[in-house]
Order: sequence, then structure tokens, then C-alpha cells
Amino acid sequence: MRFLLLFSRQGKLRLQKWFTPITEREKKKIIRDMTTLVLARQPRSCNFLQWKDLKIIYKRYASLYFCLAVENQENELLALEVIHRYVELLDKYFGNVCELDIIFNFEKAYFILDEFLMGGEIQETSKQMVNRCIEASDMLQEVRCTGTNAHMDLNHTRSIVISHVVFICLFAGVGILKRLGFWCFTKQ
Amino acid sequence: MPAVSKGDGMRGLAVFISDIRNCKSKEAEVKRINKELANIRSKFKGDKALDGYSKKKYVCKLLFIFLLGHDIDFGHMEAVNLLSSNKYTEKQIGYLFISVLVNSNSDLIRLINNAIKNDLASRNPTFMNLALHCIANVGSREMAEAFASEIPRILVAGDSMDSVKQSAALCLLRLNRTSPDLVPMEEWTARVVHLLNDQHLGVVTAATSLIITLAQKSPDDFKTSVSLAVTRLSRIVTSASIDLQDYTYYFVAAPWLSVKLLRLLQCYPPPEDTALRSRLTECLETILNKAQEPPKSKKVQHSNARNAVLLEAIALIIHHDSEPTLLVRACNQLGQFLQHRETNLRYLALESMCTLASSEFSHEAVKTHIETVISALKTERDVSVRQRAVDLLYAMCDRSNARQIVAEMLGYLETADYSIREEIVLKVAILAEKYAVDYTWYVDTILNLIRIAGDHVSEEVWYRVIQIVINRDDVQGYAAKTVFEALQAPACHENLVKVGGYILGEFGNLIAGDPRSSPLVQFNLLHSKFHLCSVPTRALLLSAYIKFINLFPEVKATIQDVLRSDSQLRNADVELQQRAVEYLRLSCIASADILATVLEEMPPFPERESSILAKLKKKKGSGKLPENVNGNAELHAEEPAAANKASPPPPTEVLALNPTPPAAAHSLLVDVFSDLSAPTAVAEDHLSRFVCKNNGVLYESQLLQVGLKSEYRQNLGRIYVFYGNKTSSSFLSFSSWVSSSDVLKTQLNVHAKAVEPVIEGGAQVQQVLNIECVTDFSDVPVLNVQFRYAGTLQNIEVKLPVMLNKFFQPTEMTSQDFFQRWKQLGAPQQEVQKIFKAQHPMETDAAKAKLLGFGVALLEGVDPNPANFVGAGIIHSKSAQVGCLLRLEPNTHAQMYRLTLRTSRDSVSQRLCQLLSEQF
Repeated sequence: MRFLLLFSRQGKLRLQKWFTPITEREKKKIIRDMTTLVLARQPRSCNFLQWKDLKIIYKRYASLYFCLAVENQENELLALEVIHRYVELLDKYFGNVCELDIIFNFEKAYFILDEFLMGGEIQETSKQMVNRCIEASDMLQEVRCTGTNAHMDLNHTRSIVISHVVFICLFAGVGILKRLGFWCFTKQ
Repeated sequence: MPAVSKGDGMRGLAVFISDIRNCKSKEAEVKRINKELANIRSKFKGDKALDGYSKKKYVCKLLFIFLLGHDIDFGHMEAVNLLSSNKYTEKQIGYLFISVLVNSNSDLIRLINNAIKNDLASRNPTFMNLALHCIANVGSREMAEAFASEIPRILVAGDSMDSVKQSAALCLLRLNRTSPDLVPMEEWTARVVHLLNDQHLGVVTAATSLIITLAQKSPDDFKTSVSLAVTRLSRIVTSASIDLQDYTYYFVAAPWLSVKLLRLLQCYPPPEDTALRSRLTECLETILNKAQEPPKSKKVQHSNARNAVLLEAIALIIHHDSEPTLLVRACNQLGQFLQHRETNLRYLALESMCTLASSEFSHEAVKTHIETVISALKTERDVSVRQRAVDLLYAMCDRSNARQIVAEMLGYLETADYSIREEIVLKVAILAEKYAVDYTWYVDTILNLIRIAGDHVSEEVWYRVIQIVINRDDVQGYAAKTVFEALQAPACHENLVKVGGYILGEFGNLIAGDPRSSPLVQFNLLHSKFHLCSVPTRALLLSAYIKFINLFPEVKATIQDVLRSDSQLRNADVELQQRAVEYLRLSCIASADILATVLEEMPPFPERESSILAKLKKKKGSGKLPENVNGNAELHAEEPAAANKASPPPPTEVLALNPTPPAAAHSLLVDVFSDLSAPTAVAEDHLSRFVCKNNGVLYESQLLQVGLKSEYRQNLGRIYVFYGNKTSSSFLSFSSWVSSSDVLKTQLNVHAKAVEPVIEGGAQVQQVLNIECVTDFSDVPVLNVQFRYAGTLQNIEVKLPVMLNKFFQPTEMTSQDFFQRWKQLGAPQQEVQKIFKAQHPMETDAAKAKLLGFGVALLEGVDPNPANFVGAGIIHSKSAQVGCLLRLEPNTHAQMYRLTLRTSRDSVSQRLCQLLSEQF
């Protein structure tokens, strides 16, 4: 794979991932080319395009276009399923994912992608495995961040936030238990 | 799970993102961003140390701003700090920032490498994964240098976690793609191949990706992977879909792994071992059989995954191209897909069939689908599918169906999208030429092309039709008649006027007997188009007119009137004016005999490869063309010999009235000019041969040979130049001198002694050049030779091989001395390093000879690796002496060299490195 772009129907770029080194100028040009090319496609056309020496595979989910460029010998149908798997992963993580989730939690969208793809190749095809990795890293964050937030709250003394923190603590506790269960399962 | 509970929401970041989203205009957005940038900058610069959380938040904001498309020129340092944090959440953001923003030549790489090194050594799988991801994302050379030896170890270590192994495999793959010379795989090969047996399917998938890349580069080393891949594939194909747990994707067993294994097998020919081969055939049959079973789910994901495996299996079958039954089954399967209701499948079936069409076993089977493909061309709503249909028609075309296919393509051209018209035009032109049995059909087809899509007919296409008509006298009369008829249309394309003008100018006489196309009618027809045409076409028409004067004396007066009119004789365009004046004058003063000689019919063009084909190849990167297509192969059996020599004609050649054959000797006038430029190019090549040697032939043409003998001592040199007259008559007014650029004049003194002004036929004279190196230099002086031969002035310019390394004095020194000096010359600008591919066979003795010839002393036993070369020398110049140390490391496996030079002057290092690296 060469790159993955997510953009909205208005052509606003939501996520960009480049698997080969490209200069910023070229990136901008490619992004412009891709958005104009893909957005101009009629509905119910096929999901594949030839662009220079690359195959472009795109699919629209709600208001977002996912656009993946692969080398010429790669399998198009499976590339389509790479996109779908990524959507499933986002969906699982955010719960009914929408464009706003990806805008406001862009760093998460990148992390999830990193667990799934690496260096332009698929790293882990199992949804469970990827989810487990992402949850595991979230646990690490949540355990720590409750501490940081609590510290800040002392300065701000906002009761709503405190209740929120309590909720996170509870949630984190449950998560850890669940995770321990998972780990026992894999060890067997 | 609601999003809000996830991770550590950074409130400031969310507020900032909403602010940006609420901006009404681009200006407001820029303003808000600038405000934020100023804020972050002051926070980063402030006296108060930021805590990890704030640092993370600000770095995250910067990242967001960058992803919006704005430049970010600070914050890298903070991101690197985050990298080194112990807190996962901070580390993760740090890594993300670095992966997205740092380009491979950043100064920070060293700091980043340090942090990565720590994480790789941490034995914490999450940290190791982050580090490996970062290496794969940045993938720079420095990173490859730092970690290429470490990662294979992680990959095959028994105690690495599975997820780490996966990351390591893909990270290694990435480094192998960017810097293959730095990733030595020899000692790991067996253990990497063995990963195909791993319990964990995720590891196997990642490892297969890695092995595919490695096997493409050195297939022999990874041959053993074939049997393992077949075994693994057969286990997956025969497994019940639930066996593989979460690696089953919508009821399809491990589709990603299956496809990768099939790809890996495509790096190799069919296995020779019969048992293995039949096992593979069984696998492929099972995959083909499964396609006929009813689907296990109605979801599109199920059919996509299943068909992905199926198409990859078909790709393997086509690649092997050895089992006729499988090939025919594959073809039938694709035939089914051609009529599938999924557009995607129709598209892919057309694409796969293109490759299938080039196999001799299945070419006929593919041809049976011609009607379906033609109907796809007519009915598909999607242009990219239609494009594929055109490609397939082109691929399946042969003598039996050429007429039908060309007709269909012409028909489609009338309604085709503008984006693909030019390509279709080229394809039609190639097919029409390649499969033309009678040339009247060919001429008709091309004229139709011009009529339907004149704007998309490139010069190559209409040049080609003229070349063919001129070379084949059986078609000339027909061509003249057809263009004459085509020109009758009230509006015809300019390209048609060009072809018409040219052909009637040459062969108008063949149809002049018919009163409907009498000379005057022909002329009036052409001239009626004249005023609508562009300058080049008008110029061509003027040439046609003068040819008419020769062919038909009866219209001479009419044409002279036209030429004499003010619009011609006083045309603002110089070319048109000149043609009009010259042709008019020619027609007035030349006798009929002279006219007939000057304006004789064009001689046949030398045969050459169709320039159209070259154009199509260039346009499409040749990817989709079947290998065996050669525009002329079937037309002209005698073609190959001539084609190699003749270059494509410059445009004027086709239009030239000059009766000399285009490839024959140039006129004397042209000769003088061509001598000016041509030898210089040749001499460049000679120049690099003289870097490591002092004597030899510098220049040779049919007239003159220039030889050199040179000796150097410290900063002085003397060159004896020998000029040999190879002809039997004398060179007169002979003179030769050396010229230098203004810069070079201050760096290098060259004094040339005068030579005799006459060189007798077969004789040789000698000239002495005295040279003094004032300071280091990088330009090259030029030797100018001028003489008169057979009344023509000959002018030759050759670069004179005086290079900086000529002033080397070799220096012997001990290992200890060498390293001491090496360290003294440690400043970054004093060292120059270059890594380059070997241009010549990598032989030790040859390399030694070159280095000695370069001027340095070779030091034995200094480098711990005996394969490496170490040398030392001093460059002498009038102003200074510059010590120079060098090290050359060959890597025979990668066919690369690494050359490192250290001298006390950076310009010297640069120049020497440049000179020496071109020698290997």
C-alpha cells in the first residue's frame, strides 16, 4: 500500500497516512488529485480506479470517503476489505463511529490504524487482536489520566468533572478486570 | 462504549478543534491558528517547566494544525521529550508527532534514535511496538543504519511476544525497501522462512509479507519457502471455516494470509517436485471449486474476500502458465464474472483476462468472450470499466478478429470519454497497422480515426500513415483517391489536411486522369482549406504546391499566382514567407529537368519501430501491453536490423522536399554543425576513463585521432598530445589550444606550445602542454582543435582530462597514524560519503588497480575487514598541500559500494569523491 486518505464529501481531509516517503508538496498534489477524482465518480460505479501506475480503491461510508492506493500487483478486493476492517475497528472503538469522532479524536484514529497496518502491509487481520491491543493501551492511559485530571480538578473544583472522573475510575476498574480475563484466556 | 469515556480526553484540544470548526472563513481559521501557535510558542519558551500532560496537549494541537495543512516549524524538541517519557500516553503522542512530521533528513534523528534504542531494549512489548512503528513510519537511512542489525534479532528471538514479531517483520520489510544494502539477511534467512510454520497466524501473515519482498530480490535464498507456503495454504484451504477463529473473515478462512501465500508463490516457477506440485494443483482446484458453492453469507464482505482469494489463485495459474486445464477453468470462471451483477467483479474479470489473453493455452478461450466484452464497451455506465474493456479488446486482438475489434473501437471512439480518447486512437492505429492484410483497410481506418477524433490524433499517428503509404506502392493510388474524397467534406480536421496535402503532393498524379480529380480540382480543393489552417500546416501545403508544379505543369501559372500574392510573399511568418519566396523563384528559374530532380518523389523511409507504439508505452508505463506486441513485426520482416540504427525522424524530415534519403549522409553544411556538438558528448565518456590512467586515446573520428601521454609531479604536469591525420590528404590551417572557464583560469595554469599549421595525410604531430595546479579545482579545461579538411572547416572540442587527483602523491603510513589522522579530520564538512551501485564487476584486483591509478597509496592491514580498501595521499598545489584519507567498502551482496573521504578541505573531499565514485 502507498497511502490511505479519509476525506469528507466536501473534500475536507480527515486522515492521511503515507507508507512511503513523499515530500509535502507531492502530498498536497496527490490529495487534490484524489479528492477531485473520487468525488467526481458517479454513485454505483465500481470501487477501483487506475491512477498513474497505482490502483486506487475507494469506498464511501456515510459522509466519509476512504481512499487507498496500492501497487499494481495488489489484490483490489482485499484492499476493499482492508478499508472495511478499518471501519469495523473504528466502529467498535467509538461505538457507531461518525465523522465527528474522527475529527475530535484524530489521534485515536491514527493509533488504531497503526495497530492494524504497518509500513504499508497488513499487520494484524484479527479484529479481536487489534481491539485488545487498543484497549490495553487505553487502559494504560486511563489509569494514569485519572490521576492527572484529579490533580487539575483541585484547581478548578468543578463537581461535574469530579463525577466524571469517578465514572472513569469505575470504568477503568471494570476494564482492568475484563482485560485480566482476556489475558488468562490467551495464555491458555 | 461512548467515546467520551475513552482515553484521556484533552479538553483544551477539543475546545480548539471546535473553535476551528466554527470558523466561518479561511481567514478566521488562519487567525485562530496563529493565535494558538503564538500561545503554544510562549508556553514552550516560558520559564515554567511544562508538565507532561500540557506538553502532550500542545504537541497534539500542533499535530492537528499540521494535519490541517499548515506548516509547523517548532515543537519537535518537545515531541522528542515526550518520546523519552515513561508514561505510555505521552510516549504515544510523541511517536505519533515524530512519525507524521519528521522527514528523514531531520537533525533530530539522532535524538529520536536514542529514544527508540531505549524502547527497543525495554522488553516492554507496548513500548517496543511503538518504537518499531516509528522506524517503519520514518524509515530513513540513519534509522536503517542504527537498527538494521537489531531488528532481525528481535524478529527471530524465542522470547519475543507475537505482536512484537509482527511489528519487527514489517519494520524490517520497510527498511529493506528503503535501504536494502543496510539490511543483511544472509544469516537470518532460514529462521525467517521458518516463521511460515509459526502457530500464530498474525505472525505468519506478517512474515509472508516480508518474505515476498525478500524473495523478489533474491529468489534463490528463499526457495525453501515454496514448500512451506504450499503446505500452509493447503491447510487453510481445507480447514473448516471456524477452525481459524478470529482469522476467519466473514466465513472465509484467513483471506489475507491466503492471498499473501499465493503472491509468494508467484515469485517462483511451478514447483519441480511432483508431490508438491500436485498438492498445489489440488489447492487451486479447491479454490476454484469453492467459487461454485452457494455463498455462506449474503454480505458483500463474504463474497469480496472469497473472490479476492479466487482471483489471486487465478493470477498464480496465469503466472505458472503450465496447466492447460486450470487455465481454461480460470478463463471460464472469469467469463462468469464478466456478466456478474457486481460492477467490481466485471472490472476485475476484464483486468485479469487481459493477462490471460497473452497465454497461448488460453488465448483462444479468451477470444470466445469477445461479444460480452464488446457489449461491456457499449453498455457499461462506468468509464473505468469501459477502459478495461478497451484494454482487453486490444489484448485479445489477432489476425482473425482484428477487423471486428477495430471497427468496434472506432465506433466506441465517437462517444468515448475525452480522457481515454487519445489512448484508444493509439491502440486502433497500432492494431490497424499490425494486422493489416490489405493496406486499403489500414488507410481507411486511419482516415476514419482522423475524422472521428482528429484532435486526439497525435503527430506520431499521421507521420506513420505517411511513412507506410510512401513505402508501399500498392496503396499509393488508393490513398490519394481516399484522401481526395475525404477532403471534400465541408469541415475536415486539420490533421486530414496535413495527410491530404502530403499524399496528394506526392501521388496526386495517380488520380489526375479522372476529370473529377484533375490537377486543378485537386489544387483548388487543397487551397480552399489553406486559410483555415495553422502555420505548420500552411507550410506543408506550400510544399505540396511546389510539388504540384512538378507533377502538373498545366497548373504552374495558377500556383505561381498564389505564391506571388501578398499574403504569401509578405507573410508575417518568416517560415511561410521564405517558402513562398524560394518556391516561387525555383519554379521561375529552374528547367523542367531540374525541377523533376529536386522535386522527385520521396524515397522510402528506413524501416523502424513504430513511434506510435513507443508513445503508447510511454503513456501507459507499458504495464498493460502484452510483451510480444511489436508494431512492425508482422508487417516488415526485414525491420529489426534497420530499426536499431534509425532514430525517430525529426518532424521536418517527414515534410522535407530534399530528395536525399533521410538516413543517408548529411549535406556538408550540416556536417560542420554536427561536428561541433557530437564529439563533445563522446569526449565526456572518454573523460571518466582518464581519471585513473594517464595515457590513451582521447578522441577519434573518421578524420582525426587524438592521443595523450601525461606525467605529473607534485603540483606540475606535462601532457603530450598527439594528433594523427587518418586521411590521405593534408589538414590545413591546423591549430589547437586549451580554454578554461574564468574560475578555472585562476586555479589551473595551462600553457600550450604552438603546433605546425599543416598535418600531412597519415602523419602525426605532437603538442606539449605544461600544467600547474595553483589551488584545488573542479572544472575541466577544454581542448579545442580546428583545421580545414577538403575545403571545410572542422571544429572539435574535447574535455582535457586534467583532474584534481592527478596531483596526488601517495603516502604510506601505519595503522596507528592512519586512525590518528582520521580522527583529526572529524569535522562534518571534511568528510564526504557516498553510497552507490557498482557499475562494473566487483573484483578486488580491478578495484586495487583503480585506486592506485587514482593516485593514493593502498594501506594493507588497516581496516579490520580485509575486503575493504583504505588509502592515503597528498594533493599538491602551489598554494597548499591537502592530506587525504579514503575508505572504500564493497558490499558484493547488494552490489553497492560505500566510499568515505576525509581531507582537510571540504571542496577537495567533494571533488575527489565525485571523481572516484564514478569509477566503480
